[in-house]
Amino acid sequence: MPVNKNKNMQALTNRAKEVNRKPMSFMESLYLPAIFKGMAITFSHIFKKQPTIQYPEQKRPFSPVFRGLHVLNRDEEGREKCTACGLCAVACPAEAITMEAAERLPGEENKYREEKYAAKYEINMLRCIFCGLCEEACPKDAIYLSETFAPANFTRKGFIYGKPDLLIPDPKTDPEGYEKAKGRNEPTTADN
Amino acid sequence: MTLLSIDWILLIEKLVLIAIIVFASLGIALYTTFAERKVAAVLQDRPGPNRAGPFGLFQPFADGLKLIMKEEIIPNTANKFLFILGPGLAMTAALMTCAVIPWSSHVELFDRTIDLQVADINIGILYIFGVVSLGVYGIMIGGWASNNKFSLMAALRGASQAISYELAMGMALIAVLMLSGSLSLRTIVDQQMEAGRLWNIAYQPLGFLIFFICAMAECNRTPFDLPEAENELNFGYHQEYSSMKLGFYLFAEYVNMIMSSAVMASLYFGGFDIPFVDEQHLVATNVLSQNVVALLGVLMLLVKIAIFIFVFMWIRWTIPRFRYDQLMNLGWKKLIPLALVNMLITGAVILWLGK
Repeated sequence: MPVNKNKNMQALTNRAKEVNRKPMSFMESLYLPAIFKGMAITFSHIFKKQPTIQYPEQKRPFSPVFRGLHVLNRDEEGREKCTACGLCAVACPAEAITMEAAERLPGEENKYREEKYAAKYEINMLRCIFCGLCEEACPKDAIYLSETFAPANFTRKGFIYGKPDLLIPDPKTDPEGYEKAKGRNEPTTADN
Repeated sequence: MTLLSIDWILLIEKLVLIAIIVFASLGIALYTTFAERKVAAVLQDRPGPNRAGPFGLFQPFADGLKLIMKEEIIPNTANKFLFILGPGLAMTAALMTCAVIPWSSHVELFDRTIDLQVADINIGILYIFGVVSLGVYGIMIGGWASNNKFSLMAALRGASQAISYELAMGMALIAVLMLSGSLSLRTIVDQQMEAGRLWNIAYQPLGFLIFFICAMAECNRTPFDLPEAENELNFGYHQEYSSMKLGFYLFAEYVNMIMSSAVMASLYFGGFDIPFVDEQHLVATNVLSQNVVALLGVLMLLVKIAIFIFVFMWIRWTIPRFRYDQLMNLGWKKLIPLALVNMLITGAVILWLGK
């Protein structure tokens, strides 16, 4: 413990060490022993396991609570679940979500589950903070956060995701894409 | 008449040899840059460049292409002639060293005995020292012509460093010359190949250590890379350089490294001598032909060079740069006295043994 010159000041931790300012001994001033020691350390690193993940080929598994890009969900028959109630937009602290509702017309029962649906549904990914409150607010389980990142884009407009970007693939016409987009409990992203 | 006539075949033979050696050195230097990155990576638990081609083997070509394609910028206030001369001089000086290095004994082709050495001059070592000193001009001229204070500082550092360490290097070398009694590199190597004689490293361990440290300083390799000093002098003497002119400077450093490795291998580690094998005996008993033995010798020298280069890199990625006063202290107050003591002891032992 160093002696505090100022009696009023208290050391924050007991880890402080006094700096050694003794002149170097002859062996130290030769540098060579220290250099050889250092070289032995670096040489031993040749045989250490590399923590590198070859990114595009290998991916790190996500945590089960990871909150990535949003997905607009469908039910098993491929109908959109969203009823455009606007609760997600209200819940959103970053005000990233806008939507326009429309009424389901006769003959569209196979496309939309409820009588009202979102004709337009946009999330501004630059505003979104990926908090997941929209997922919690949704009474219809229509929106949830997936396990993917928002990819880079050249324009700000490119970050405003509309319905085509957000909707999950139809489980009837594209079951594979549906499963992949669902993502949960799947080892697709965990190669190592 | 015979005095004036030129041996045209000899001329062609030497030209071919020069072409082979220069292109081989450049090719090896190309892959030394790659090796540097790989060694750095492995020592730091990284995989290193591995995207261009199998195991990243095309990386040096990608780097070279990048350097050539970059815009070439010459500062307005720079001295244009010297600015262009600098990298050229650095490269030329680096490549000139290889003229006196004996790459192997000799091959027999087309009824001719071809020495695998461009010029076996009897003052080979002095020649090398002269050319290495010229290398400082590359740094000095480049740094001065850039008209940039950081470049100039770095150039001054480079010049003073080279001068300081050349002294110790030369004195370490004198001990070897006292042993061999010759300044010709081929004679020195041949003496080490003689049966019953060990390599010079066995007689001159301290001399080799001093020579090695000084060689590192001459090549401006970490821990002696004060002329480049990325973080103090933002890249030092080649700060204003871009495109292939920068590439030439970087490349010259690697060529220098190869050449100093070759010189060290020749002086202290028997050059192209294959350890524990008597080459002359192999040829005399017709086990192997002279040509095969000569090629094996070249290979052996390359292996020794590769080991030295690895050690250079290993040191670079282990220890940080010296402070300037530490550099000067080490050069003048430690290495030169040590080299003098080494010289004295060598002389005394030679006298005592009555050689």
